[in-house]
Amino acid sequence: MRIFATFRMAVRALRRNKLRTMLTMLGIVIGVCAVISTFSLVNGAKSSVEAQIASLGQNVVLIFSGSLSRGGVHSGWGGAGTLTIEDATAIQKEVSGIVSVSPELRSGSQVSAGNQNWSTTVLGEGDEYLEIRQWPLSDGAMFTPQDVRGANKVAIIGLTVSKQLYGDASPIGQVIRVKNVPFIITGLLVPKGLSVSGSDQDDVMIVPYTSAMKRLFGSTTLRGITAQASDPKVLSDVQHQITDLLRQRHHIQPNRDDDFTVRTQEEIAEAATATSKIMALLLGGTSLVSLIVGGIGIMNIMLVSVTERTREIGIRMAVGAKGKDILLQFLIEAVTLSLLGGIIGSALGVMASKFVAAKMNLPTLTSVSSILFAFGVSFFVGIFFGFYPARKAAQLDPIDALRYE
Amino acid sequence: MNPVIKIEKVNKIYHTGEVDVHAVRDVSLEIMPGEFVAIMGSSGSGKSTMMNMLGCLDRPTDGRYLLDGVDVSGLNRDALAEIRNQKIGFVFQGFNLLSRTSALENVELPMLYNARGAMSAPEQHAAAMDALTIVGLAQRSGHHPNQLSGGQQQRVAIARALANKPSLILADEPTGNLDTQTSIEIMGVFQGLNDKGITIVMVTHELDIASFTKRNIIMRDGQIITDKLVDNRLIATEELEKLRAAQRSVKLSA
Repeated sequence: MRIFATFRMAVRALRRNKLRTMLTMLGIVIGVCAVISTFSLVNGAKSSVEAQIASLGQNVVLIFSGSLSRGGVHSGWGGAGTLTIEDATAIQKEVSGIVSVSPELRSGSQVSAGNQNWSTTVLGEGDEYLEIRQWPLSDGAMFTPQDVRGANKVAIIGLTVSKQLYGDASPIGQVIRVKNVPFIITGLLVPKGLSVSGSDQDDVMIVPYTSAMKRLFGSTTLRGITAQASDPKVLSDVQHQITDLLRQRHHIQPNRDDDFTVRTQEEIAEAATATSKIMALLLGGTSLVSLIVGGIGIMNIMLVSVTERTREIGIRMAVGAKGKDILLQFLIEAVTLSLLGGIIGSALGVMASKFVAAKMNLPTLTSVSSILFAFGVSFFVGIFFGFYPARKAAQLDPIDALRYE
Repeated sequence: MNPVIKIEKVNKIYHTGEVDVHAVRDVSLEIMPGEFVAIMGSSGSGKSTMMNMLGCLDRPTDGRYLLDGVDVSGLNRDALAEIRNQKIGFVFQGFNLLSRTSALENVELPMLYNARGAMSAPEQHAAAMDALTIVGLAQRSGHHPNQLSGGQQQRVAIARALANKPSLILADEPTGNLDTQTSIEIMGVFQGLNDKGITIVMVTHELDIASFTKRNIIMRDGQIITDKLVDNRLIATEELEKLRAAQRSVKLSA
């Protein structure tokens, strides 16, 4: 028997009991709608976290100086100042797969220009820092290797600092003072927005690390080193090389802990997406359960339908329907029910996630794959829960079925 | 000529609970092409069991059943379904049409399951219309069973039985739910089909209906006790004429 004719028969049988069909479908509709909207929410959250991770730069390895413990009080990472410029040079020279390295110092400072002042984070960095972070300038130019060598008093600033000190005027060529040391602003950074942790990444001033060490903080050690690897594949290898190199340079005995920390961008991304993964599992699990409940609803109604239509099954068998014809008929009916539910559910799910995105200002991302997934699941729910009733119908004895009242 | 139906020492025993019911005992029977047979008997005589076996809805416990020269006694469910589809047309007492399905689609039903002679949709419609024309219901093809009278529904059922051009029509008390006049009309349809060479086997408990057939078989306790040709066979067209004349005389109809 032809599939198309069977399909038409199924649609007709479903139309006979419109209310029942709709109520049965409702379970699948709700399930699919839940799957799609939760996946959209979770995907949206994940992609915004991923975008922020990507804003760290490309193939970045972060090396922090160890923490300092004095009288039971621990300073944060970088407090111990165990990293030196020589470490950074060694990493650049000896670790294979490293493209560029930027030594880093960091301190909160009061900065001023004219009669305006603002408290911001001052970073001392190498001249390749912006390339590593994939952070372009919107105006002006980055300081040069010569500026780094000469510890020149030049700086680039983020948009927040510029707004606070100069309003809407261009900050390029202006003088900015840190601890009474005047710096000339050579560049303005493209705004990056909030970081993963929610801090303002544009509230920053970047000077050559040499200038930071000599002219501002009077420090001889680094807070950290930002390095860039050539390829995401070599990241973990680079991480091991750096660890080995620094342990050797710092003369750390095999049984002692590192006095530094090496983190790859991957690890940071994993940590940041861990919560959204748990969310995805929980929400996805709940909506899958609701799909299964919908499937049980289909099975229930199909069983009722088989009983109600015992006589029809008997007639069909008497005129030559084989077991597989009857099986196919009821299976297609069940699959039609669940697929129709899947279509309506998908439409509602897409609308629901659009609504959530618009009204609650949450990022959502409805992917084609999640729609296909929901579709596939509803198809298999139809097959799975339709099979038992359909087989029951197919195994009826034609004589008993014909006599059924 | 080979017999359409040839059964040899067929038995059917139902194992229900403690007692075995011996519904059909050692029955042998031959029915030749073109015959019109009525099987009669009181309830419990085994005629329904006999009919189910002849119709390949049930298998004999032992014995052989040759339908059109093919031994069908050992076939499985699917093979029997195919035999029913290709070689046998069923007519039931309760019509057994699919409700909320048009007469035409009811007639097409056996064609849908016909794997061998699969037809395109237009061919199917045409063949179904032909079958409806034979039973005189071509103009009602779009009606649903609940819009048709009992006699008309039984005609649709007969048209359905004709759908795959079977060599044998089996009718199980086809007039049981119909009034006298309609019963005679249905017998007229059967006689017309029989005249065209179609073999018909019918179960009935009404003697007057049986006298429209050519051969009467009477069963009792699972055995054939009488098997004789009908001497004064009634002709449906004549009987209908007589009935109408009688009705006119009492002004029952115009």
